[in-house]
Amino acid sequence: MSKKIDDFHKLEEKANLVRQDIIKMLLEAGSGHSAGPLGMADIFTALYFHILKHDPKNPNWDERDMLVLSNGHICPVWYATLAHAGYFPVSELKTLRKLGTRLQGHPHRGALPGVETTSGPLGSGLSQACGMALALKMDNSKRWVYCLMSDGEQDAGNTWEAVMFAGKNKLNNITAIMDRNNIQIDGFTENIMPLEPLKEKYEAFGWHALEIDGHNFEQIIDACNEAKAIYEKPVVIIAHTIPGKGVDFMEKDFKWHGIPPDAGDVKGAPPKGHQAEVALKELRTLQGKIRSEHE
Amino acid sequence: MSDPHLNTKLFDEDIEQVPSRNGYGEGLVLAGEENKNVVALCADLTESTRTQAFKDKFPDRFVEMGVAEQNLATVASGMAAVGKIPFITSYAMFSPGRNWEQIRTTICYNDRPVKIIGSHAGISVGPDGATHQALEDMAITRALPNMVVICPTDAIEARKATLAIAHHPQPCYIRLSREKVPVITTEQTPFVIGKAEIYLDGKDVAVIACGQMVYRALIAAKELESHKISVRVINSHTIKPLDKDTILKAAEECGAIVTVEEHQIHGGLGSAVSEVVSQNYPVPIKIIGVEDRFGESGEPNELLEKFGLTKEAIIKGVTHVLKMKGK
Repeated sequence: MSKKIDDFHKLEEKANLVRQDIIKMLLEAGSGHSAGPLGMADIFTALYFHILKHDPKNPNWDERDMLVLSNGHICPVWYATLAHAGYFPVSELKTLRKLGTRLQGHPHRGALPGVETTSGPLGSGLSQACGMALALKMDNSKRWVYCLMSDGEQDAGNTWEAVMFAGKNKLNNITAIMDRNNIQIDGFTENIMPLEPLKEKYEAFGWHALEIDGHNFEQIIDACNEAKAIYEKPVVIIAHTIPGKGVDFMEKDFKWHGIPPDAGDVKGAPPKGHQAEVALKELRTLQGKIRSEHE
Repeated sequence: MSDPHLNTKLFDEDIEQVPSRNGYGEGLVLAGEENKNVVALCADLTESTRTQAFKDKFPDRFVEMGVAEQNLATVASGMAAVGKIPFITSYAMFSPGRNWEQIRTTICYNDRPVKIIGSHAGISVGPDGATHQALEDMAITRALPNMVVICPTDAIEARKATLAIAHHPQPCYIRLSREKVPVITTEQTPFVIGKAEIYLDGKDVAVIACGQMVYRALIAAKELESHKISVRVINSHTIKPLDKDTILKAAEECGAIVTVEEHQIHGGLGSAVSEVVSQNYPVPIKIIGVEDRFGESGEPNELLEKFGLTKEAIIKGVTHVLKMKGK
C-alpha cells in the first residue's frame, strides 16, 4: 500500500509538480485539454497521496479502492498524478497522445497501469462506478469506489440514470466528486444547459451532497472522510474549482477547455509560443500558496 | 460430414415449436448454478426476455434496471470490473440498439466480459411493428472489435449458446426470437462458438443461414432435392467470428452460395459471408434478408412472407446463383 502524505503544504507542493507536468506534457503533445486538468490537480493529489487505498507497485491489488474517471478528457492530470505516485516513470509523460504511447488521448484500460476504465464519451462513468459498488456489496467487500466527473456531463441522460440507480440501491460505498468548474466546450454551463440547483437535485435522488472548495486540501480530505461515515446513501462532493487553476491567463476562461498552451491566440493570454513559458513560471512561484489564497 | 443429430421429426408438420428466448432463460439458470459470479440485469422486461427464472432462483444476483438501457450496459461493465459475469437483457432494439456507444466504449474497447442478450429480434416480432423489430443488430454488433455475435437457430441451441458465452472471456451478443420457431436440433447436435455446422450435405449450392432461417433452408433443400439439385445447408449460428474454413470449403466444393437471415441485407450474415468469399474464393452469392426497409405490424408468418423470407424465396435464390454459376 502506498504511503500517505498528511502535511497539507507537502500535498500542495506535490500538486504544483503535477500542474507543471500537465503544462509540459500538453505542450509536447500539441493538443489536449488544459483547463480541467489544472483545475483538478489538487483533488487528484489528495486522492493518490492521502485518500485512496492503492499500491502503485501492484496496480491490480485485489483490495484496492476503485477510481473511475468519467470525464476522460482531463486524463493529463490523471497521468501526471499516477506517474508521481509511482505507477510508471515521470519521463513517459512526454509521450502523451503520440503514436505507440500508453498515454492515449483519452484513457484506455489495459494500456497504462492504474487506469481502471476506458473513458472519454461523457456520462457513463458514474454508472460503471455503480456497477462496481453494487458488485462489491454483493460480495460483502469493504473496498470503496470513487467516481470523478465533470459538471458538463450532468447534461447527459446516462448520468441521471446512474444517479437514480445509486439512490435506489443505497450505494453508500460510492463517493462521487464533481468538478464544478462552470465551463464546458461551448461556454459556461449555466448558459449551455442550466444545472442548478445541483445539490438539491442529488438530494432529491437520495444522495448525501456536500459542497467544498476543490483547491483546499483540508476540505477535500474532510469531505472524503465524511462520505465514508454516511451509511445509508451514496455521497456526491460538489467540488468548486477554478478551471485552469494556477495559471492566471487560463483561469475561468472556457476557451482553454479543449486546447493546450501555445495552441491559440486567446484574448488576455500571452502570445503564442510564450504561453507555456509564462504558465510554468507562474506555477513555480505558487508552491504552498494555493490553500492560503482561500484563507 | 459428421451426423448433426437433428430432430427426427424435422420434416413433419407437427414439429415442436418453442421461442429461442426460452432456451436462453433455461441456459441462464444453468450458468448461474455453475458459477456464482453470473449475475443478470434487466431493463423492465424480465418476464418477456425469460430472465424471470434466474430472478426467481437467484434473487440476490438479479438487478432490476428500469427502462434505462444505457445504464444497463454501463452498470454491467462496472460489475464485470470487479469479477462478475453480467448478462444484460432487453429487446434487441434497445440493447444493443439504444446503448450501442456504451457497449462500444465501456464493454468492447474496455474489454469487459459482459453478455448482451437481445430478445425480440427480426421481423417475426410481429404485431408490435417496426419500432420493435430489430433488423440491424447484427450489423452494429459485428462491426465492434472484440465482440462475439451469435444467432441461435432454436431454443436448444440458445440454451447451449447461453452456457457457452458464460465461459467465454470476451463480450458476447446473442440475438433471440420472440415467437415460436421449430426445434430442429437435439441435445446431441454439436454447438461450438465460431464453428458452423453442416446440417445437410450437398454439392451444387450451399445455403448458409442463421436463426430460424436454418429451418426454412432445410425445407427448401428437401424440395430442391426432388428437382435433382443437391444443396448443402449450413447453420452459421456464429456471425462473428465467422467460420471461414467451413464457408470457404462450401464455396470451393459447391461453387455457389445463398445466405438467409432475418436481418437487413446490409451488414449481417450475408455481408459477413460475402466479405470472406469475395476476398478468398469468389463464387456467385445471393443474399436473402430484409431489403433495406423497415418492418411493419402483422402476424409473424404473414410478415416473413411479405418480406420474402420463405422457402420459395430460398428456392428462387438457389436457381439464381446456379444460373450465375453457369449450370
